[in-house]
Amino acid sequence: MSEIPLPQAAKRVVPWWLLRHETMLAVILLIALIVLGGLNSRFLTLDNLLNQGRLTTEVGLIALPMTFIIITGGIDLSVGSIVGLCAILLGYSWKVFGFPLPLAIGFSLLVGAAAGFLNGIVITRVKVPPLIMTIATLALYRGLAEGISQARSVRGYPEWFYFIGQENLFGVPAQLWLLLIAIVISAIVLDRTTFGRTLYAIGNNETAARFSGLPVDRVKLIIYTLSGLMAGLSACVLVSRVTTTRSDMGIGYELDVIAAVVLGGTSIFGGVGTIWGTVVGLAMIQLLKNGLALTGVKGDATIVVIGAVLIFSTLVASSLQRRRDGV
Amino acid sequence: MTTATLAGAEANPRRRLKVLASQEALLAIAVIGLAIAVGLYNPRFLAARNLSDVLLGNAYIAVAAVGMSMVIVSGNIDISVGALIGVLATISGTLAVNGAPIVVAWLAALVAGVLVMALQGVIIAYLRIPAIVVTLGMLSILKGGLISVTGGKWITDLPHSFHLADIELFGVLPFPVFLMIVVTILAALWMRYSASGRAIYAVGGNAEAARLCGISQPRTIVMVFALHGFFAGAAALLYATQLRVIQSTVPPNLELTIITASVVGGVSILGGVGTVIGSTLAAVLIAEIASALVFTDVSPYWIRAVQGVLILVTVIADILRRRRMAGA
Repeated sequence: MSEIPLPQAAKRVVPWWLLRHETMLAVILLIALIVLGGLNSRFLTLDNLLNQGRLTTEVGLIALPMTFIIITGGIDLSVGSIVGLCAILLGYSWKVFGFPLPLAIGFSLLVGAAAGFLNGIVITRVKVPPLIMTIATLALYRGLAEGISQARSVRGYPEWFYFIGQENLFGVPAQLWLLLIAIVISAIVLDRTTFGRTLYAIGNNETAARFSGLPVDRVKLIIYTLSGLMAGLSACVLVSRVTTTRSDMGIGYELDVIAAVVLGGTSIFGGVGTIWGTVVGLAMIQLLKNGLALTGVKGDATIVVIGAVLIFSTLVASSLQRRRDGV
Repeated sequence: MTTATLAGAEANPRRRLKVLASQEALLAIAVIGLAIAVGLYNPRFLAARNLSDVLLGNAYIAVAAVGMSMVIVSGNIDISVGALIGVLATISGTLAVNGAPIVVAWLAALVAGVLVMALQGVIIAYLRIPAIVVTLGMLSILKGGLISVTGGKWITDLPHSFHLADIELFGVLPFPVFLMIVVTILAALWMRYSASGRAIYAVGGNAEAARLCGISQPRTIVMVFALHGFFAGAAALLYATQLRVIQSTVPPNLELTIITASVVGGVSILGGVGTVIGSTLAAVLIAEIASALVFTDVSPYWIRAVQGVLILVTVIADILRRRRMAGA
């Protein structure tokens, strides 16, 4: 099987790097930017693009650890519910427990990490498949958010808290800095560290990774915990941006996050994927939303398109991969 | 790991049967035990009116869970079914209001259900895309599509004859409960005794072995999804006809309740094991818990957390039990 691709690759006229998922996606992204810019003068303005960056941060922060998880062949469907739970606990601990706000933020981040840790510990120790574990906690965490809040919202946070979600820092939305830093760190970790390479090893062949002495369970535990922590961070950014907490926050985030990751070329079967791809995928999803909104399509129709994009990009990616593998 | 577990289970067929039987017995005991316990706390819970309301209002979940159980036994999952039920209810109601013959309105839900699910089955089985990706995508297509087409407008003034759920057989047995029981028994018999029913277990239990036995895995999966679509259609009809209005939106998190019923009913998420009798009992139990929360003055906002805990506990117990059986 491994010898087959060689003669095929030699026959190809197009250089290999052009056929890379990320490159193709970046080209499509560029074309889409130009077309949308031509169609609507409000689109290709710095203000609009920066604002889109602001809006994509909440999903983006979660998409980074999700890339790690999907590379290992896992999945985390509970992220949207963790966002809801953390948002509720942020508001609740501040208003009801009377925590000072910085402590409340710390508390909600801790809860996010703990929620992710619970996913990770059951997935690695009991060997419950990630899909089922995170469907269960999708229900559980959302249920806790609803039960604790009793569907009541919390508002009226101190003024300084809105800085993260609504203000600019050096001319760029404040939360976008958070996302940029997270992107750089994730990219370095995935590409340049043993930890990052272990993720690919697990995704390609978990048994082999185990027999090679790689700490498979510990690595998995870390990435699911990280996923929860980033969902908690995303919740804080979201609350700061929309100035209120409600128990239905983050519903459907798993769709945007997974669509961005898969669209960015990370294989749903594991073993393949890059942070760079996820970033382009995120930009594509946000572009799609913004472009559709500017042409007058309502939000509900947008998720139709994102759902179709998710299925379609997986189809394309898997057929490309099959061709590469010479099947 | 998986093969070892399965080998262990195959070596002890009688033991496996006993374990399965106990899952259903356990559920039956839980259903009755909970009724007694809550009845002691608040006797109004045991009023015939309340018990029949609980059954009537949730029969559609049991019907949908029958299809979901088949999907999970075949080693797949479907999270689009809640949205599909909302769409099918709206289609059926819209037809009925606009003067289509009632039977056509009913049939449309069943046919559309089969078509949508069979399409998903084809993508999953022949194009080999994981069920979670396909059904997550379909969930958002159906959900967004429904709201953008209808604007969430309520469908009212449904013709009287449309209300399937109002029919009482022999003057006592409400149709939804009748359908729930009949569907469960027929599906259980079919899965247990027919070759195509057994094929679902074979495909979910050990795809390679099933292939060697001459069972077409893709064809079985498409069949399972098509059937699942049929049951979703039937569930949608019960759902649409039990109230005077149809909300033409997607019932929130309905898929989670249906999956919970299947999993708590003993359908193993690793595929290959489970019965629909268990899933129907579990659907009744979940409905009973939701009602019990109200009668014990616990806020109903906790129901989803309870569902999450139920799935978690059942799944962990299932896996530990399999591990012990494999070790034995």
